[in-house]
Amino acid sequence: MTAPSADHPSGSSNGDVAAPLPPTGLVASLGATVLDALRAALELYSVFVRTLYYIFRGRREKGALIKQMFEMGNRSVFFISITMGFIGMILVYQSGLQLRRVVPDFTMLGATYLELLVRDLGPSIASLILATRIGAGIAAEIGSMVVTEQVDALRMCAADPIDFLLVPRFLAGLIMTTMLIVWASTVAFFMGAVTAHFTYDLSFQTFCNTQLIDVGDVVTGMTKCVAYGAAIPLVSGYCGLSTFGGSEGVGWATTRAVVNSSLAIIVLDFFISGAAFLIF
Amino acid sequence: MAAVPAPDRDPAPRPPSAEGADARGALDSFAEGVGQSFLQIAATAGGMGVLLGQILARLFPPRIDKTELWRNLYKMSVKSLPIVVVTALFTGAIMVIQAAPIVKRYGAEGLLGWGAGFGTLREIAPLLTALMISGRVGANNTAELGTMVVTEQVDALRALAIDPISFLILPRFISITATLFMMTLYADCLALVGAALTGDGLLQVTPQSFYNGIVGGLLGFGDVANGVFKSFVFGLVIALSSCHFGLSTTGGAPGVGRSVTATVVASAAGVFIIDYLLSFILG
Repeated sequence: MTAPSADHPSGSSNGDVAAPLPPTGLVASLGATVLDALRAALELYSVFVRTLYYIFRGRREKGALIKQMFEMGNRSVFFISITMGFIGMILVYQSGLQLRRVVPDFTMLGATYLELLVRDLGPSIASLILATRIGAGIAAEIGSMVVTEQVDALRMCAADPIDFLLVPRFLAGLIMTTMLIVWASTVAFFMGAVTAHFTYDLSFQTFCNTQLIDVGDVVTGMTKCVAYGAAIPLVSGYCGLSTFGGSEGVGWATTRAVVNSSLAIIVLDFFISGAAFLIF
Repeated sequence: MAAVPAPDRDPAPRPPSAEGADARGALDSFAEGVGQSFLQIAATAGGMGVLLGQILARLFPPRIDKTELWRNLYKMSVKSLPIVVVTALFTGAIMVIQAAPIVKRYGAEGLLGWGAGFGTLREIAPLLTALMISGRVGANNTAELGTMVVTEQVDALRALAIDPISFLILPRFISITATLFMMTLYADCLALVGAALTGDGLLQVTPQSFYNGIVGGLLGFGDVANGVFKSFVFGLVIALSSCHFGLSTTGGAPGVGRSVTATVVASAAGVFIIDYLLSFILG
């Protein structure tokens, strides 16, 4: 039993007030980082498994799913339409500039743009934008429930917070992210067509060319939608549930939620794109 | 069991709707909603303008707390390096994977370096770095400032005759802008490294020919400068919205969460809209 050190008045990390740390070298701090990352990955995995279990076996609360779907979906439509509209205009404008330096032939611009949009840009950029809004919202809400001890109250009522809080958000995220991505990609494509029409004098018939889309592109895009839609609420919910340290902790949890969901999206994108390239 | 009271958004005051005039009431409340959101947007824009004016007034001649500046630069720049490194490497790799079918279709292996470099330097690296930094640094800064505001530490500073703008805001403003600028330079280099490695592994394009594609004359200094200049403007947007929403936090602990969400949403929307305008002006 070690004496409590003076400079650790309260539990700085999750409640263990124990031993003052020995002097750490480079190896020790590296090892601590790896151990922390492993522990977080294990906990995230356990949250994922329990979420899946409660989806099938849990108790249903009436209206929670609809409420979350409204909160995530309908309230994000305006935001995502604006941002993805601008993204569509930028992408077509920039790729037109790029194309003009090599071949002055714009007939395949629309087809190539549509292929890239379906396969990668639509799902990835839209969900990076959604991750900021949905992820921050989930983490702030669950985090403030944690620091005001409402989650502990739930546990006392024998309701698992994962069943009660995370499952509706997970399902709502899965459904609404997919829908929002499809809608946002449509907006981006339409705004791209308008830009091409006014900047490069490309007619709408030439631009709306679907001949490069095949089954592989659609499957890849939809896989990404589902993967991102599952990743955002899971990672943010985990960050929210592991909040500690009062109202300041809620801010930290929100930050971690946004950063980690964005990182998760980029890493998933890398693996799904690579797999799709090797398969199709 | 009863629902856990969520930290709800501040409920808009509804007019007491009379039973008879339903359509009239709906129209009224719609108009009221539009007007309210318009007023809110105007208040946000005005608040940001005033804050920018206050910051600029203290920048010429500079009245700034040096210790705070160094501390914030360390906390924001050095500590963000890992996520920027990971993001940039993966982003470069994804760019090449997406370009791979097109490159194969046209057999344009020599142009891979140019294609990936153009997209990365002009758009993707500044944009994704801005998103990551706005999530990590901007949101964090808002949470810190918001907590200071709701625990009345900012008022305490004023009571001690310390100017909160030059003590708190100016160092953070400069740090966020500088952080994004420097991180974009890093991200440019690292994304190209990731792209070169992926091209080597996936398409058998040697790093040498990738490099030749980049420096082969189709890409100029203008393309790099374009991206870097954009990142400077993104930094200003993120810093301003983060400081503004932090300082205008109200309503205790839930208010801090609301401010953080407002910051990330405003930063993301602002970055994309400004990116569009800058692309047209600079293009």
